[in-house]
Amino acid sequence: MSMVFVLLPLSIILGGGALVLFLWALRNGQFDDLETPAHRILFEDEQVTEQHHLLGAKHVTD
Amino acid sequence: MSQIETFRYDDEIVRKFLLATIVWGVVGLLLGVIIATQLVFWETNFGPWFSFGRLRPLHTNAVIFAFVGNGMFAGIYHSMQRLCKARMFSDALSNINFWGWQLIIVAAAVTLPLGITVSKEYAELEWPIDIAITLVWVVFAINFFGTLLVRRERHIYVAIWFYMATVITVALLHIVNSLELPVTFLKSYSIYAGVQDALVQWWYGHNAVAFFLTTPILGLMYYYMPKVANRPVYSYRLSVIHFWALIFLYIWAGPHHLLYTALPDWAQTLGMVFSLMLIAPSWGGMINGLMTLRGAWEKLRTDPVLKFLVVAISFYGMSTFEGPMLSIKSVNALSHYTDWTIGHVHSGALGWNGFMNFALIYFLVPRLWKTELYSVRLATIHFWIGTIGIIFYIISMWVAGITQGLMWRAFD
Repeated sequence: MSMVFVLLPLSIILGGGALVLFLWALRNGQFDDLETPAHRILFEDEQVTEQHHLLGAKHVTD
Repeated sequence: MSQIETFRYDDEIVRKFLLATIVWGVVGLLLGVIIATQLVFWETNFGPWFSFGRLRPLHTNAVIFAFVGNGMFAGIYHSMQRLCKARMFSDALSNINFWGWQLIIVAAAVTLPLGITVSKEYAELEWPIDIAITLVWVVFAINFFGTLLVRRERHIYVAIWFYMATVITVALLHIVNSLELPVTFLKSYSIYAGVQDALVQWWYGHNAVAFFLTTPILGLMYYYMPKVANRPVYSYRLSVIHFWALIFLYIWAGPHHLLYTALPDWAQTLGMVFSLMLIAPSWGGMINGLMTLRGAWEKLRTDPVLKFLVVAISFYGMSTFEGPMLSIKSVNALSHYTDWTIGHVHSGALGWNGFMNFALIYFLVPRLWKTELYSVRLATIHFWIGTIGIIFYIISMWVAGITQGLMWRAFD
């Protein structure tokens, strides 16, 4: 079962990598606020036409 | 007057992926009907090229990588820009991703009927195509992480984490499982043999289900379900737990495909135990998705997109309950090698992934082409035919599978 000795470390490295990412996110404050991100995605971006650019547009779709 | 930043989203790439999803969806689903017919009427197997053995891998590749794959790219390219408040990192990379992926699909559609295959399930394509898949995936990864780095929104929304798990893990799975020795331009042999090959194959195979058919689609669920219902997700905290629990558990579940084989017993048990543990995050996610509709259930009556979403999420719950059950050794003793497994795969790939794709198409097409749905009534008819069809399919496969298992058992 030599492949076990490849797949086990590989999976552990992958899991370890995920753990590092999780700890980074935690220290980065990504999980400090678990309420507003859910609401924020509901706000539609301001869509504007070309003429409105000068008035302060936020984004335009192609 | 102060200058306010203006930027544009690239919706053209989303439109391309959506069109590809629809076209390949027709091809992939039609192939399913054809090979089902071939099982009943042997006369419909034409030559070696259009026989069941060669069209079956074409069907699985088409629905997984072409239908669900393109839908996944469409959804990611659309939601990623909005979640990051940034245009995709590079238009050129987006287009290489799109055309490269379509070329790979065409290559699969040509080589598989010709019998050019390495015979590994869901990884049948020969080595030149494997290299092309790797390159296109790397292009996608650069484009994805590039966008993440230039994002204007500090918080990384949970959907992006699900996408991230897909980008990283699929690359690793594909490369490790596809290591093969080329003999000629179109023939190669896997570097693994026997039970070693089986272990690598199902480490890949199950995680392809996990990281190609589940995590990206869950990311889409966490973005589009709140969008369509116009309600924040039921519990954002639960969605974060769902993600981290899922990715730490999923990678160990592969050996449940190899119960009662030459694989060492401890590895089989490991696969079974981790599969059972997966019920917890999976059902947490299902409940989270469905409960997002709290106080808005009446919208289900009129909105076909919500109908598709709710049934898709229900099938996610169904198949993530059935999967762990089938992983229990004593259940697997009956179900292994029977049609029950095929029924299970379809509740996941058609009920969950397929219906998520339909929801995505019905939601995005009117928005991206700035038009209205041609007929809501037709969409509703589509929904009911699809739902009833899948239920009939699954029930008949349960009956067939359990009967097969019992007959084999009686014969022993």
